[in-house]
Amino acid sequence: MLNAKLSRKRRRYIGFMRALMYVCAALTYALVLFLIAYVLAKGVPNISWELLSTSPSYLTERIGILPDILNTVYIVIATLLIVLPLGVGAAIYLTEYAKNKKVVAVIEYAAETLSGIPSIIYGLVGMLFFCQFLGMQTSLLAGALTLVIMNLPTIMRTTQESLKTVPQSYREGAFGLGAGKWRVIRTVVLPGCVDGVITGCILSVGRILGESAALLFTAGFAHALNGIFEGLTSAGATLTVALYVYAKEQGEFGAAFAIAAILMGLTLLINLAATLTQRYFRRKKA
Amino acid sequence: MMSSIITIDNLCLWYGNQQALKNVSLDIAKKSITALIGPSGCGKSTFLKTLNRMNDLIPGVKITGSVQYEKTDIFDSATDVSELRRQIGMVFQKPNPFPMSIYDNVAYGPRTHGVKGKAKLDDIVERSLRDAAIWNEVKDRLKKNALGLSGGQQQRLCIARALAVEPAVLLMDEPTSALDPISTSKIEELALQLKEQYTIVIVTHNMQQAARISDNTAFFLLGELVEYGVTEMLFSQPRDKRTEDYITGRFG
Amino acid sequence: MKGKKKSFETAVHGVFLLLGLITVCCVLLITVYLIISGIPAIREIGLIKFLFGKTWASTAAEPSYGILSFILTSVYGTAGAIVIGVPIGFMTAVYLAKVASPRVKTVMESAVSLLAGIPSVVYGLVGMLILVPAIRKLFHVPDGASLFAAIIVLSIMILPSIIKVSVTALEAVPKEYEDASLALGATPVETYFKVSVPAAKSGIAAAVVLGVGRAIGEAMAVMMVSGNAANMPSLFQSVRFLTTAVASEMSYSGGLQRQALFSIALVLFLFIMLINATLNFFLKRTKER
Repeated sequence: MLNAKLSRKRRRYIGFMRALMYVCAALTYALVLFLIAYVLAKGVPNISWELLSTSPSYLTERIGILPDILNTVYIVIATLLIVLPLGVGAAIYLTEYAKNKKVVAVIEYAAETLSGIPSIIYGLVGMLFFCQFLGMQTSLLAGALTLVIMNLPTIMRTTQESLKTVPQSYREGAFGLGAGKWRVIRTVVLPGCVDGVITGCILSVGRILGESAALLFTAGFAHALNGIFEGLTSAGATLTVALYVYAKEQGEFGAAFAIAAILMGLTLLINLAATLTQRYFRRKKA
Repeated sequence: MMSSIITIDNLCLWYGNQQALKNVSLDIAKKSITALIGPSGCGKSTFLKTLNRMNDLIPGVKITGSVQYEKTDIFDSATDVSELRRQIGMVFQKPNPFPMSIYDNVAYGPRTHGVKGKAKLDDIVERSLRDAAIWNEVKDRLKKNALGLSGGQQQRLCIARALAVEPAVLLMDEPTSALDPISTSKIEELALQLKEQYTIVIVTHNMQQAARISDNTAFFLLGELVEYGVTEMLFSQPRDKRTEDYITGRFG
Repeated sequence: MKGKKKSFETAVHGVFLLLGLITVCCVLLITVYLIISGIPAIREIGLIKFLFGKTWASTAAEPSYGILSFILTSVYGTAGAIVIGVPIGFMTAVYLAKVASPRVKTVMESAVSLLAGIPSVVYGLVGMLILVPAIRKLFHVPDGASLFAAIIVLSIMILPSIIKVSVTALEAVPKEYEDASLALGATPVETYFKVSVPAAKSGIAAAVVLGVGRAIGEAMAVMMVSGNAANMPSLFQSVRFLTTAVASEMSYSGGLQRQALFSIALVLFLFIMLINATLNFFLKRTKER
């Protein structure tokens, strides 16, 4: 009586859906593995010390990506230095100060809107505002400022999330001792959001490394070798922009794949770092 | 005792290394209400969920002994779990209608088991809702979301949903513990009506409820079946000291 | 002393308020700039002629600025990416949220994060060298750089957003629903698709909308594989998207041509705002549950 098997139709449905799930999951996974393997296989052989340590020269037809590496480092540093105080401050305002629900809703809606805007539009507005209106010309600084706006929501969100986990009792304890609001923020709230800030930084670095459309018209695509201060005020390509230029405009696929392999390696590293820090902080809090 | 529909023999159950049921043996009589009582963690819910093999979901569960439903071993490899659960339905502690319309909630089971055709489904839905004594309250809003009903109505809808697949047995896991007194008494009344057609096994925390509605009562303690018998006898003349202590409220 | 402390606290409060409002200012800045710089060209060309004009010949002797082909390419490209990417991402999400063992799930989830982290130019590069030649050979077309290539690249690029948001939505489905379904005799697979998925439908809808936003806004990867000619969209032809229209001419444009590019950006921005509003609608509905 209980051994009436499932009807054929049901069995077919179950089998079909199950197969579909496995196929799709396998496809997604295979795609990731393929992309990593392909890019590394094509790129790593093209990475040489000369490529990493020189700047390009049309005279000797040499391609060197040192300037692009440095530009990337500069732009990461500049962006983080500016976006951190802004993003953390905004998060603190939202969790510690803002009482008006409407204001909070407006700010959060604005942050969500920012994270939905495509980078090409950031690039355009960055060009109009920073390069032209503020007279910065095409420069790494203009690029960094554009990236600041793009990464603001990320830093805000991760900081906010970690602030929410600071127990209310800590704040009350500090207030109870007669500390002013600013003192409470400095001594209790800020130390509590370190994990959020670090997570936000890692995510932002990943985003900055991968960004290209927003930088094309703000930071430009020069390959000059500069120090950091000189570099920030002059135009320069980051690794991604250089990849684009080498692949699309110059047909130098060797160099493009070398850069792609480096970027892939960095992406792997950043993902690993994000996972590890998350695990570390979770264990620490538990 | 009347003829039994489920026979449990020497049932033991482990969650990992922890034994949750110890050598439980009992017969459940057809078209009667059997109440399972005992303090929290005594294994009564675990026992109930073993009867329709809902414990299969939990990783690390080990079961020995036998459960015969209509003379068939429910753990037999030839047993189809889907068919077993169709015949042994379940109502949960917290009302859990699907976030769909009232109609779709009731029609879900029959549709799953391959019933097609609007007229047929309409019929099943109406009959089930009538049997669960909720038809008059919802007949004008069958297409409305079930989550809009009150807690008591939701629980009766869940009973209707269970009835829609024409089970023989209805397992109820503390079905009134999340409800107010009025809804509770409605469910109790309903249970008494339903036993005309169905066998009901009900887990309850509420001793009065067990005394009011059940024909037989089983008292569990620490995974053991301490005492099992006709409800009136168990409550008036418990054989075991532990049963007496429990029903007089000395612990639990 | 007290007064001094109080005014200090007020000042700090003011500073934080300014920081809090900075996102709002950024949104306003972007909106205002796009409107101010986008309107003049539309005015000069004429709204209807601009939006529905079929030819874009910005460098011709008698230039014509119709962006219908860009709009349609963006719409078709996005739709194509959704048609391919959503089913794959959705099924993967159900697998990850309901079927996969914890270990498989951890591995797969880090793979999906990685997919999200790969720079778009890398997608473009791989697309240029694998996809474009493959399409040329497979479909016997003169050039593989086409709408179809862009659709494939976009459908891969939207996978992570779709998978992540859907997994979150599916995991949030109360276990009670699934228990009820199983207790009625439905099998696990039937339960996932007939109870869990409908219960998570707002979240899954949000995932799809997010994918739409990602696809319509992508510029670089698309630029590298779509050929970039201002044709009306056709699967195996070189096409230009709204995003790539802006990017491809910006560096050498001037005058009305340049202004028209800003107008294109404005149109793209309006699309994105519409998508954001839809996304918010679905997210709010998910939260209310």
